[in-house]
Amino acid sequence: MHLSDFLLGAFVYLTAAVIAAPLATRLGLGSVLGYLIAGIVIGPAVLGLVGREGADVMHFAEFGVIVMLFLVGLELQPSKLWELRKPILGLGGLQVTLTAGVIALASWLFGTTWQPAIAVGLVLAMSSTAIVLQSLGERGLLKTAAGQSSFSVLLFQDIAVIPILALLPLIAVAHGAEDHNSSLIADLPAWAQGLLVLAAVAVIILAGRYLMRPLFRLVAGSGIREIFVAFALLIVVGITLLMQFVGLSAALGTFLAGVVLAESEYRHELEMDLDPFKGLLLAVFFMAVGAGIDFSLLASQPLTIAGLVLGFVAIKLAVLYGLGRAFRMSLPDASRFSFSLAQGGEFAFVLISFAAGLGLLAATQSGMLVAAVAISMALAPLLMLLDENVLQPRFVKNGNTREADIIDGGGARVIIAGHGRYGMTVNRLLGASGISSVVLDHDVEQIDALRKFGYKVYYGDASRLDLLEAAGAKDAQILVVAVDDRAKINEIVEIAKQHFPHLKLFARAWDRVHAYELINLGVMGVHRELFASSVEMGKDVMRALGQHPFEAHRASRIFMAHDEQLIRKAAQHVDDEAALVDIARKGRAEIENVIGEDVRQKEVPRDHGWEAPDKTRE
Amino acid sequence: MKILILFAHPRLKTSVVQAAMLKAIGGIEGVTIRDLYALYPDFNIDIAVEQQALLAHDLIILQHPFYWYSAPAIIKEWQDLVLENGWAYGPGGSRLAGRFLLSAISTGGAEQAYHPQGRNRFEVEDLLAPFNQTTHLCSMAYLTPFVIHAGRRASPEALSTSVESYRDLVIGLRDGSIDPLERLAHGYVLPPGFAAKAAA
Repeated sequence: MHLSDFLLGAFVYLTAAVIAAPLATRLGLGSVLGYLIAGIVIGPAVLGLVGREGADVMHFAEFGVIVMLFLVGLELQPSKLWELRKPILGLGGLQVTLTAGVIALASWLFGTTWQPAIAVGLVLAMSSTAIVLQSLGERGLLKTAAGQSSFSVLLFQDIAVIPILALLPLIAVAHGAEDHNSSLIADLPAWAQGLLVLAAVAVIILAGRYLMRPLFRLVAGSGIREIFVAFALLIVVGITLLMQFVGLSAALGTFLAGVVLAESEYRHELEMDLDPFKGLLLAVFFMAVGAGIDFSLLASQPLTIAGLVLGFVAIKLAVLYGLGRAFRMSLPDASRFSFSLAQGGEFAFVLISFAAGLGLLAATQSGMLVAAVAISMALAPLLMLLDENVLQPRFVKNGNTREADIIDGGGARVIIAGHGRYGMTVNRLLGASGISSVVLDHDVEQIDALRKFGYKVYYGDASRLDLLEAAGAKDAQILVVAVDDRAKINEIVEIAKQHFPHLKLFARAWDRVHAYELINLGVMGVHRELFASSVEMGKDVMRALGQHPFEAHRASRIFMAHDEQLIRKAAQHVDDEAALVDIARKGRAEIENVIGEDVRQKEVPRDHGWEAPDKTRE
Repeated sequence: MKILILFAHPRLKTSVVQAAMLKAIGGIEGVTIRDLYALYPDFNIDIAVEQQALLAHDLIILQHPFYWYSAPAIIKEWQDLVLENGWAYGPGGSRLAGRFLLSAISTGGAEQAYHPQGRNRFEVEDLLAPFNQTTHLCSMAYLTPFVIHAGRRASPEALSTSVESYRDLVIGLRDGSIDPLERLAHGYVLPPGFAAKAAA
């Protein structure tokens, strides 16, 4: 492909995405449906802007699904995965076997021989992880009972793809087609293949456990942001290649790597860095699905395909709903759960092409299946809308209320940005008083040391909105800005002010002028970083000179209060124009100002308590 | 008898009487002086250390100016923090039982002002009732307060006489030549805990 071709293609896809996604979201359809429609529009059926290279694009965009599963894995600590073992194995296992069984039976009744019937059943049992997670996430439903169940089922399906890929050749043999394996190690004997697969999984787990952290530290220590992004991508690409080499699902491999890294302190940073790639690639993936719908087939056999879509979606709905109720979901939850998962999924395309390669499915069969799955995916957002807007309100009317959202636990009340000499002291004091905080820092060694002692520390740049969000800024009460870069401090303050107006802000001020800035930005607690320490030292010097300690203490407190008043007053008179003046010069001028003020104000502030009456009355 | 003097004056620099008193009892063997404002300028009193100091002595003297018919703020803080429930009083709180407490104060007003018909309407001992009762609750014996009245306005000679008598009292109590039980505050009835401790 020439560069200009590539750029032209990118231009078409990006334009379609930029137009379709906001439009669809504005219309309440969700971005997935927007991308699918955009795909249809730019595809051969309508404008024909893309088409021939559709399959290539699809391959490329499948990488989005892989990245997504990596991110899904990152969200899942092994402990949480273990917690979910029941819904994953029970609900997920039953969903796949029952749905596959019923659909296989139905297609056998329609005259398909049993081997392709089973293949069709397995293909259509899959749901679309990409669509469902994206849609549930957009609606904030991921943490609900229905969302968690859907997630469990999707997870099982993703894992089930591997045994299914292993199973299909066996059926194909029974069907009389020749054995066909796409992986590079296909020529090896079966035991060696098995060994290699196990070795690959072990490599991912061991590397994730023992190799990643030092590597991350090295990469993060370099301080070059794009290298961190590159490294994150490298992990995903590397695992994808490894998995392809041994013939396993790359999605599963990256998912596994994600789970292994879920406990790592770099989790949030990884999420932030990969999220845009995932989003864009998935968008392309959905558009490719839209573009890939074979409208000529659709036009020649509209009723068959419509029947196929309606039939398998209805079966899936029925099975899901029955399972939901059997697993004691409430009526609205079971409804949301079944309508979320009723569509076909992206893995169906993988399985279809695999089964077709094995000779299990004839060309027309696979073409029809692709069309049916794609249409069901296009309908998926509509099905969810149907549930959301028509069915759910009825449940409420019938007295069934929605279960409360499960809010992610462990929300700390205090977020501390920057854990150097300054933030650490703040954190230690809070910790000593039993107040736990979430710490964001850029220093790898600090993070390692802190995590050893069980602190919640995350690697990253606190001026990033997404990171603040991930740290729980929405639910926190206080943000302590203790990083040592004054521009960065202002940046963080401004972002927090804008996006989390409920947060009480505490910020470290570099000097007087910086304190003016922060006061005028509306920071509640402005603390000049060296002020308290210098006053303390002054107090100690007074004591060392023989002043009574309490006298020195009083003098220091009075001085502090007086200076605090002064600085608040002065901050009011800093006009915007003056703020543009060179900061260093301004700082110097301010020092002269303050010292001049001290000299002019020879009079010591009132402190006449404790004096003998005869003295005070003089 | 070992004596602990808890001294409190927030502005020693301007003090006349208290400074003289402090000087008079300085450097006496068996007498420990703790300047609370110097030790705890930020009022962050070390409870364990102060309790140990109490346990290591038999007679505690609270020496301070008579601010607002009471003591400077840090004495109150000391009471609130150091005289813990379950330690100094209350269930299981008899660690101070059998000890003595003396208020050694200086007033601005003359002696006759502290009288039902005087400007201050109460006797000094009546105004010191909270200290008296605090001592009682801690199963200790409260002694007749030592007071220097209007020392600031007294002649240097008169002041030094008063201060001398303070020094003599402290030394006498230390040596046992003065029996503290004969100096109990007016009408003070020894608490039951005190007698039990003294008998033991």
